[in-house]
Amino acid sequence: MCLPAAFLALFFAYPLAAILARGLGDGLPWDVLGSRSTLGVLWFTAWQAAVSTAATVLLGLPLAWAIARLDFPGRSLVRALVLVPFVLPTVVVAAAFLALLPDGAERGLVAILAAHVFFNLAVVVRIVGSFWGRLDSGLWDAAATLGASPVQRLRRVTLPLLAPALAAAGTLVFLFCFTSFGVILLLGGPTYATLETEIYRSAARLFDLRAAAALSLLQLAAVGSLLALAALVERRLGGAVPLAGERDVVRRPRGRERLGLAAALTGAAVGLGLPLAALVERSLATPDGYGLGFYRALGEETAVLLVAPWHAVVNSVLYALAATAVALVVGGLAAAAIARRRAAWLDALVMLPLGASAVMLGFGFVIAFDEPPLDVRGSPWLVPVAQALVAAPFVVRIVAPALRSIDERLHEAAAVLGASPARIRRELDLPLVLRALGVAAGFAFAISLGEFGATVFVARSDWPTVPVAIFRFLGRPGALNAGQAAALAVVLMVLTAAAVLAADRIAVRRGAL
Amino acid sequence: MRAIVIGLLIAAVAGCGGEQAAPRQVVLVTHDSFAVSKPVLRAFERTSGFTLRILQTGDAGAALNRALLTAGTPEGDVFFGVDNNLLSRALGEDLFEPYESPALDRIDPQYVLDDEHRVTPVDHGEVCVNVDRAAFATEPAPTSFEQLALPRHRGRLVVENPATSTPGLAFLLATIAHFGEDGWQSYWRALRENDVLVVDGWEEAYTQRFSGAGGSNGDRPIVVSYASSPPAEVIFAGKALEEAPTAVIASTCFRQVELAGVLRGARNPEGARALLDFMLGERFQRDVPASMFVFPVREGTPLPPAFERFAVVPERPLELPPAEIGENRDRWIGEWTDVVLR
Repeated sequence: MCLPAAFLALFFAYPLAAILARGLGDGLPWDVLGSRSTLGVLWFTAWQAAVSTAATVLLGLPLAWAIARLDFPGRSLVRALVLVPFVLPTVVVAAAFLALLPDGAERGLVAILAAHVFFNLAVVVRIVGSFWGRLDSGLWDAAATLGASPVQRLRRVTLPLLAPALAAAGTLVFLFCFTSFGVILLLGGPTYATLETEIYRSAARLFDLRAAAALSLLQLAAVGSLLALAALVERRLGGAVPLAGERDVVRRPRGRERLGLAAALTGAAVGLGLPLAALVERSLATPDGYGLGFYRALGEETAVLLVAPWHAVVNSVLYALAATAVALVVGGLAAAAIARRRAAWLDALVMLPLGASAVMLGFGFVIAFDEPPLDVRGSPWLVPVAQALVAAPFVVRIVAPALRSIDERLHEAAAVLGASPARIRRELDLPLVLRALGVAAGFAFAISLGEFGATVFVARSDWPTVPVAIFRFLGRPGALNAGQAAALAVVLMVLTAAAVLAADRIAVRRGAL
Repeated sequence: MRAIVIGLLIAAVAGCGGEQAAPRQVVLVTHDSFAVSKPVLRAFERTSGFTLRILQTGDAGAALNRALLTAGTPEGDVFFGVDNNLLSRALGEDLFEPYESPALDRIDPQYVLDDEHRVTPVDHGEVCVNVDRAAFATEPAPTSFEQLALPRHRGRLVVENPATSTPGLAFLLATIAHFGEDGWQSYWRALRENDVLVVDGWEEAYTQRFSGAGGSNGDRPIVVSYASSPPAEVIFAGKALEEAPTAVIASTCFRQVELAGVLRGARNPEGARALLDFMLGERFQRDVPASMFVFPVREGTPLPPAFERFAVVPERPLELPPAEIGENRDRWIGEWTDVVLR
C-alpha cells in the first residue's frame, strides 16, 4: 500500500497541488466557477460522456460475448485488434474519420460520439470479456433446464454476474469521455468545448492560470464524486462468483449463436475496421500511386525530428515496457490493498490521474520539480512515470474485481491446511488473477504506447515517442509529412496488436486452471 | 516477482536519476517548429565544446507561456521563439538577461528590437494569406484584404484565433496596420458576415481545414499561414513539383521576427551566450530556411533553390512598432473577440 501511495503522492498529488496553488493564489475564483459559460461547459462535458459511455457499453457487449464465450477461427486476433484503436493518436483517427463520415456529419455531435465509441470499445470488450470468459457455464445450463428463456437468462443471470465488470469498464469509459480532448477539438469544431479543452485553452494558450486552476478543481471534484459513486457500486456488486477455466467455457457457436457471432463481427469490421483500413490506405497512397515510399522515408533523416523517425519506434517500445512494469507494480499492489482492505481513498487516488487535465499536470511537473535535488525535469524516466500514471488505473480496475471474485472459502481452506498468508498470495491468488494481470499488462503497454497528452510534456526532443513524432509530422505542411504520420500510425497499430497478442497468449497459457 | 524488482529499480532511478548539473551542456528551450540539421548541430558542439540539448515545449504561444511559468528557475539556458508580437509579455516578466552578441554586427539592424539586447533576432518569416491554386484554376484568386470580404469568397477563408495563435495574432495586427485603428473592426465584421472560420491554432487551420495542404481533406481554399508555406509544400511534396500548389497574397503579409535570449537563472550562461553567437553565425543562418521555413536575419545569407523559386519575400511587409503592439495587444484581442466570436 505504501509504494503506490508514495508514487502517486510524489508524481501526481504534489505537482498538481503546486500548479493549483500557483493559479489560485488569490483565493477561489467564484466568478469563473459560477459563470454561465462554465456551467454550460460542465453540462456538455457530463452529458456527452454519459451518452458516449452508454453507446460504448451497448455496442461493446455483443463483441465481448462473442470473444469471451465462443470459439471461432481468428478469435485471439480479433481480441488483440480490438485494442488497436485505443492507442491511436486522436489526430490520426480524426483524419480517418473526416474522410469516412458522410458530408454534414463530419464535424459535430455525431462525429464526437462515433469517435468515442471507436476509441473506447476495447475497454468494454476486454474488461467485460475477460470477466465473462471465466464464469462457469453451469449457471446458464441450470437456468435453461429450469425453463428460463434466453431473455430471462440474460436479465437474471448474465447481467447481474457481469455487473462488477460493467461498472469498472463503464467508469473508465466515462472518465475517458469526460476528459476528452483531441476528439472534441478536431471532430467537434469550434463550438464544442469540454472542461478539458477549456483548461488547455486557458493554461497553454491564454496563460490564464487562475481560470485553468478553477476549471481543474471543478473537473477534479466532478471526477472525484463519480469515482466515489463507482467504488460504492462496484463494491456492492462485487463478490465471489463461480469460476471456470477457459477450456470449459469457450465452445463452438451453435444454432442462433452463429447469427449473433456474425452480427457482432460484422459490426466490429465496419465500426473499427473501416477507419483503420482508411489509415492504412493513406499510408500507402504516395503522390506517385500506391507504394511503400512513406515507410521507406521513416528510415531517413528529416527536418521535422532531431532523429530519423524509426528511432521513435524504438523509444516508444522501451518507454512502454518500463511504464508497463511501473504500472503493474503500482496498480497491482494498489489493487491488492483495495480488494482486501477496502482502501477507498487509495482507489480514488489511483483513478484520479485519469480525470486530471494533462496540461495542468504537465505544468505542475515543470514548476514542482524545479529545484535540486528534485529537479528531474528533462530526465528520461519521467516519460514512463507519466505514462504509468495513466495506465495504473486500468491495472487496478482489471485486477481488483478479479481478486474480489476469489471465493473467501478458498483462502480459509488454504489457511486451515497450514499455508502462510504469503504462500496463499503466491500459490492461490496469483495464479487465479494471472489472466487478469495479462489483460492489464496488455492494456498498460498499449496505453503507454499511445499516450500523448502527458508524454508530450516530458518527452525529450531527441528521444521522441511515436505519437509525439506523428504530432510533429502533422505540424508541418506537405504531403510527405502527412504520409509519414500515417505510416507511423500504422506501425503503432501493428506494434500494439503484436504486443497484445503476445500478452494474451502468455496469460491464457499460464492462467489456465 | 521479477516485475516487482524491475519496478522498484525504476522507481529508485526515477527518484534520484535527475540529470546531474552538467556544466558542458547547453539546453535550448524552444517551440515545436524549431528544427536544425544535424551537421549544423554537430558543428556547434564541436566548435564550442558544449553538448546541445533541445527541449520543445509546445507551439510558439504555449512554449512562451511555459517559459514564463518557470521564469527565474528555467528549464534550460536559452529560449528561442518569442516573436515581435508577444515580446512585451516576455520582457514584462523579466524572462531574459541582457547579452549583446559580437555577431550582431552582421545582422540587419531593422530586426534588432530591444536596445538593451535582452533578446536577439534569429529569423524572420512573414505571415500571409495563402490560397489553394487548384481551387482558383477557373476564377481569379483574391489579391487583397478587401477582396476576401467579397461575396464570391464566402465561406472560403479560415483564420487562427489571435488569442490563441501567433499567426492569428499577426493577421489581426496586419488588418489593424492596413485599415487603421478606426477601420479594422468593420473589416472583421464583414469577414464574419462572409462566414470566416476561426480555429484555435495554425495546425488545425492549415493541415485540417485548408484544401491546399498536401494530404489534407480540408475544404477552405484560403488560409492564414506563412510566406514560406508554398516552398514547404514543394520540398515536402514527396515528389518533384514544377509549381507550388499554393500561393501567397503578398499584400497581406505581416512581419514576424523570432528572437532568442539568455534565460534569467540559466545554469550555464556561458554556454547560452556561445549558443546565441552560433545562432547568428553564417552556418546556422544558412540552415534556417530549409529547416524551419523562415528567413535568415544575417546579411548576405544565400537562400536554398526552392526558396529562390517559390518563396515570396514581400519587399515591404506590414508592420507595427513593437511598443504600440505591447501597449494595445490585449485590448485589440478583446475587441476582436467581441466583434468576431460573440
